[in-house]
Amino acid sequence: MDALDGNAIGGMLFHVFGVEMTIAQAECGRCGARGPLAECEVYLGGPGVVVRCRVCNSIVMVFVEVREMMCVDRSGLSELELPASR
Amino acid sequence: MAGAALLGRLSWRVATVTAIVDETPRVRTLELEVQGWPGHVAGQHVDVRLTAEDGYRAERAYSLASAPGEPPVITVERLENGEVSPYLTQDVRPGDAFEVRGPIGGYFVWRPGDGGPLFLAAGGSGVAPMRAILRHRRNSRSEVRARLLYSSRTLKDVIYRAELDEDEVVHTLTRAQPPGWRGYARRVDADLLREVAWPIEDEPLAFVCGPTSFVESVAAGLVELGYAPGRIKTERFGATGGR
Repeated sequence: MDALDGNAIGGMLFHVFGVEMTIAQAECGRCGARGPLAECEVYLGGPGVVVRCRVCNSIVMVFVEVREMMCVDRSGLSELELPASR
Repeated sequence: MAGAALLGRLSWRVATVTAIVDETPRVRTLELEVQGWPGHVAGQHVDVRLTAEDGYRAERAYSLASAPGEPPVITVERLENGEVSPYLTQDVRPGDAFEVRGPIGGYFVWRPGDGGPLFLAAGGSGVAPMRAILRHRRNSRSEVRARLLYSSRTLKDVIYRAELDEDEVVHTLTRAQPPGWRGYARRVDADLLREVAWPIEDEPLAFVCGPTSFVESVAAGLVELGYAPGRIKTERFGATGGR
């Protein structure tokens, strides 16, 4: 399965965070690589959405929807800088 | 959550199909009327949601192919075994409606003030957001130079063929070429990029959209030419959209 990128989950990210998030700066907790969420690898094929660091490939975020509640695991990020809401 | 009142909302809205254009045997363009459409920026996309009678829902993201100020337009390629594209490319009729959420995205976008020169590279239906960018550039009378490198399988698979300005588009046909074809006839590689992409001294701004393998190889090729990674915007799509 080919990885997509953070653009593909822009709608879901906006729904969860309430702001445009593809430009949010994310820092990988493992290798320290930093960049916009749009450039992360995204896998949609599984039961949840998996976001991986494009540099070291470690999992940085996981989204799972359980009974209409979105559960977000962002423990793979050392920093997530939310853009100002507009 | 503190400040929740300040957070934006992105709600599902009803989109009604107002016009359909058959682009290729597998690709269709749908013009939509969306109640309360707030307007969009070139390069953004929408999520389309279809709901079956039994309540099963499928969502897919589609780039907006129209310029800001124009009605939202999406271009859909039919994927065998797709959950959404067969309906959008075969069954839907003018007057039919489905749900959309958007516009979405702030990364893969271009505004005239962002400058250029623009180097756009598209694989297959990845040309959709490039159409939005080229139209916006034309409508806004921007003087930013633009060049589109467009990779298709065959001439019949070229989308927006009548609209694309031959002066700004360089085609490559990867699978079959008509007799007398004078364009490129191979997958995009480093040599091809060296011939087509703006030189780095011009400080170009690149947008690359297509299937994942296309985007990876073009982006790597541009970095090899010396393009700054921060000046290469990428957007990947694929058949694996199940969510």
